[in-house]
Amino acid sequence: MMSDNVTELHGPLMQVQDLRIEYLTAAEPFRAVRDVSFDINRNEVLGLAGESGCGKSTIAYGLMRLHKPPALIRQGRIRFEGRDVLAFNEAELRDWRWSEVSMVFQSAMNSLNPVMTILGQFADMLNAHEKTPRDKVIARTAEMLDMVGIPSERMHAYPHQLSGGMRQRVALALALTLRPKLIIMDEPTTALDVVVQREILQEVLRLREQLGFSVLFITHDLALMAQISDRIGIMKGGEIVEIGSTTQIVGNPQHDYTRTLWDAMPVLHTEEERSHVR
Amino acid sequence: MSVNAVANNNAQTDILRLENLTKTFHVKPVFGPAKVVEALRNVNLSLQPGKALALVGESGSGKSTVGRMIVQHYAPTAGKVLFEGADIATFDTKPLQMKYRQAVQMVFQDPFSSLNPAHTIRHHLQRALRLHQPDQSDEAAVKRILEEVELDSGSAPDKYPHELSGGQRQRVNFARALAVNARLIVADEPTSMLDVSIRKSVLALMHRLKEERGLSILYITHDIATAEYLAEDTAVMFRGQVVEQGPTAEVVGNPRHGYTQLLRAAVPDPKAPLIAGDGTFAARAKEVREAAAAPVREFERLTPSHFIAHH
Repeated sequence: MMSDNVTELHGPLMQVQDLRIEYLTAAEPFRAVRDVSFDINRNEVLGLAGESGCGKSTIAYGLMRLHKPPALIRQGRIRFEGRDVLAFNEAELRDWRWSEVSMVFQSAMNSLNPVMTILGQFADMLNAHEKTPRDKVIARTAEMLDMVGIPSERMHAYPHQLSGGMRQRVALALALTLRPKLIIMDEPTTALDVVVQREILQEVLRLREQLGFSVLFITHDLALMAQISDRIGIMKGGEIVEIGSTTQIVGNPQHDYTRTLWDAMPVLHTEEERSHVR
Repeated sequence: MSVNAVANNNAQTDILRLENLTKTFHVKPVFGPAKVVEALRNVNLSLQPGKALALVGESGSGKSTVGRMIVQHYAPTAGKVLFEGADIATFDTKPLQMKYRQAVQMVFQDPFSSLNPAHTIRHHLQRALRLHQPDQSDEAAVKRILEEVELDSGSAPDKYPHELSGGQRQRVNFARALAVNARLIVADEPTSMLDVSIRKSVLALMHRLKEERGLSILYITHDIATAEYLAEDTAVMFRGQVVEQGPTAEVVGNPRHGYTQLLRAAVPDPKAPLIAGDGTFAARAKEVREAAAAPVREFERLTPSHFIAHH
């Protein structure tokens, strides 16, 4: 499954250099992403944290070139295993998306087609990349659902017949089916309650160990991010103000804004701290 | 030992009391068989004036149904809701209804859809004032209320909802409740759609309103971590039943029911990274969910006001 090209196996999986994304407005263009550079290494979970409107989702869409006008990539480079993503034509882009980089969106309720069964959505996706006979589609769907812990007979259900947590698992299974090297997760568990959130993230980590892929994990919940990321980038106003290992961002944040974010988090207090709360 | 027996001691002083509240929905989908959903099963809760009660539970646990029954969106299937000792089902005349609606206000989860996009903030507040306090609906009252929720009283009245951030809009929703001099606010997940970084400031606003204005708050949330910022007491719900209730420090600090322990363990802790192959959490979650879904047999009293359910 891995590429034969040895040079590609070294160095980062994805390199982003001086990426600038602007939204055209009636007045001056609004610069949502300001010359951002970062790498995503192989088998790494990279977290991107920041408040709403800081540009983190714009980056996620920009990396897959899913951004739509009025958003425009004005400058910069996106390299995936050394290939220039911004130079891909439509056909190359369609091939590349989902088979090498896939995405789990914030709300599974909106990312699944409400009038198609789960099986239908798998068939749609598999056929878009390669014509697949129906029995193979069924076998593959069953395998993937099983992998994310959903009984395979539920493949004939429609999205509204599944709970929020199950829908998010289906979205995850869809993103994993073509064995991508990178999965971008844009607030994948924000709409779920904490118990289900924990179960799904545990699943993501297990699958990563089993299959091997990188994750770009986007959320505003720093505590959650610290639990699953290897490295964390902190964004503010379209810029990455600080990027470092999770241990460093948690234990020794350098930038003032990172400290502000930590202070603003409502976290549970430990036994000793609790006596000082009130 | 029933929860009611203890709560009865305070029956006179409670601002809000739920007695054996039960709600059953009959769902008749266009396709497929009709089914019966037991949204609430024998819920007993009480709230003292000037205090906050956190109602914690996962989605579908029935916590929002409790909120909606208090503001009379739904009528109980069985049991009753008492407001200052009077059954709210008896408020059947227009003046009594108006009085109750003035006293009890709801703040919804979604700050983006709970304000009318076609009207200014001034309109939102003045409408509430004219309905319930016609003598105080002038500009000065609007400004005073905006200041109370820490919004800029100079520029905010002329703004439309889309010009405000989620946190600011949620403040407008609290301002609207203050405008009518509400005594009880039912806040249904008021912070869950806000950025983590501004949740704390909205919680602080609620805390201040409670302390300074003596407001009573029913704080409905799925985030057990925020309960202790605000609420003296916490009740945990699962599948329509209260499974544990008591002082927040005890319920959150020393959870005794399996489901509360699960909720507590699932709160993200930045200092405890998840381990890839660790299946223990998922296994425990499954076990606890199955056990906690069974009907409650009885409540065990651990301390004078801390109860857990046995199934």
